[in-house]
Amino acid sequence: MTMTQKILAAHAGLEKVEAGQLIEAELDLVLGNDITSPVAIHEMEKMKAEGVFHKDKIALVMDHFIPNKDIKSAENCKCVREFAARHEITNYFDVGEMGIEHALLPESGLTVAGDAIIGADSHTCTYGALGAFSTGVGSTDMAAAMVTGKAWFKVPSAIRINLIGKPSKWVSGKDVILHLIGKIGVDGALYKSLEFTGEGVKNLSMDDRFTIANMAIEAGAKNGIFPVDEKTEKYMKEHSKRPYKCYEPDEDAVYDEEYTIDLGKLRPTVAFPHLPSNTKTIDEIQDDVIIEQAVIGSCTNGRIDDLRCAAQILKNRKVKKGVRCIIIPATQKIYLQALEEGLLKIFIEAGAVVSTPTCGPCLGGYMGILAEGERCISTTNRNFVGRMGHVKSEVYLASPAVAAASAITGKISSPEELGE
Amino acid sequence: MKVKGNAFKYGDNVDTDVIIPARYLNSSKAEELAAHCMEDIDKNFVNEVKKGDILAANKNFGCGSSREHAPMAIKAAGISCVIAETFARIFYRNAINIGLPIVECPEAAKDIEKGDEVEVDFDNGIIRNLSKEKEYPIQPFPEFMQRIIEAEGLVNYIIKNK
Repeated sequence: MTMTQKILAAHAGLEKVEAGQLIEAELDLVLGNDITSPVAIHEMEKMKAEGVFHKDKIALVMDHFIPNKDIKSAENCKCVREFAARHEITNYFDVGEMGIEHALLPESGLTVAGDAIIGADSHTCTYGALGAFSTGVGSTDMAAAMVTGKAWFKVPSAIRINLIGKPSKWVSGKDVILHLIGKIGVDGALYKSLEFTGEGVKNLSMDDRFTIANMAIEAGAKNGIFPVDEKTEKYMKEHSKRPYKCYEPDEDAVYDEEYTIDLGKLRPTVAFPHLPSNTKTIDEIQDDVIIEQAVIGSCTNGRIDDLRCAAQILKNRKVKKGVRCIIIPATQKIYLQALEEGLLKIFIEAGAVVSTPTCGPCLGGYMGILAEGERCISTTNRNFVGRMGHVKSEVYLASPAVAAASAITGKISSPEELGE
Repeated sequence: MKVKGNAFKYGDNVDTDVIIPARYLNSSKAEELAAHCMEDIDKNFVNEVKKGDILAANKNFGCGSSREHAPMAIKAAGISCVIAETFARIFYRNAINIGLPIVECPEAAKDIEKGDEVEVDFDNGIIRNLSKEKEYPIQPFPEFMQRIIEAEGLVNYIIKNK
């Protein structure tokens, strides 16, 4: 069995499962946000359920449109807030405590290795970085799971990604996952697990792994998962009191396909509009791509490593006139850490704005919407038509290093171009 | 169950951001969402769509976000069935869960052109493209999913099995 199959088997009370089998699994955590939870709550009310399956095993994170951008989003949050109070949901996160869900939950110790987690948000696959099975679902699945504590799954087959080597200075997790999506396509892992293994894993920070697992969905995958090593255990011990369980794939585990990525050979990579698979390395970009906005943040790249990297580049430099640089720490804790490390000062002195945690511009909600014809370099996860604003605007996906460097030059650039 | 209507046709990787842009996700009312369905790739869709019509597309339909608002908008717009070569997995689950019929059939999906009259016969497992006079067999749903569809969605299924 693969890592994923072992976790699913354990949560279904089965000794063995195989790809294609339909199972019902017990869940360790059910997640929703301010967009998907109101729909789930409405569906749950239709079920006339007496209560939730476990008040500690549901997480409701207000993060997409808050602090509320308009009356309708305020009503949505109010609906969730009242639901959380009514059912005494322990892990309800509102303004002041909230962060972007997929940065917040691991940081709060709510997700650990061996867990089975569903979330009504497609980037729920992020927790695979810790060796958990986690996958995105819709609001109805969330509603059913809040009542029953269970979900049905078709056991996925898997693609094995063998990582070797060590990334060079300006290459990070974002470049790894963009490279992979560029290679296999936005449906390259459809219905499957992406299992990352190999000696290269140890050369990736936890934040790199979160970024990689986060974008597994952008290859169509059901989940992305990493093995647990010393770095994972250190992270979990620092953040969580929950017991965890580590799963290794069997030696005879069956994989549909296998790819090897030499981290040492990767270059900073950019996904051009309008698909995350439309990638070019920084060296393959021939003509200047002028940008009007740079966004550094999101569940993909709003963690402390990301902000440190951006600060390293923006320090003692200025954002080019005519470029709007928006930096969004993913959680309050990261925000505070960035403050204490002096990163916010660097950002503000460079001419960037720093926002409270929010998904905001990533999905074209607010806090950085694009006008017709505008281009944005962004550390977010999707560059679909109209994703960040006008249908004729363009989003280019890249790492924090490339986004910060581009904010300075006003065109898509590698940090190497800036010199020392 | 049998549905019949005129087809709309789209290409590969129709994502949930174009099915229902996030700028409208401050609402979860199906009718409000339906009024903006597909508008970023097809401004005419909402004006042209009639109750019972079929939506067809090529590969990876519904990729991207997990927003259930996407199948909700399609269903409330009047679409009776979505036929595609393949579907993104979250969209597939969501459609089944809210009772929007959805069929993976590469051959039928490839052949359908906009305006074709298409019938989907779930009981006999056949898609009929009446304009092109062609028939395509479809895979029956697994028994587990059939029960959810028969109950018209997961919520009703859970109520029934209480």
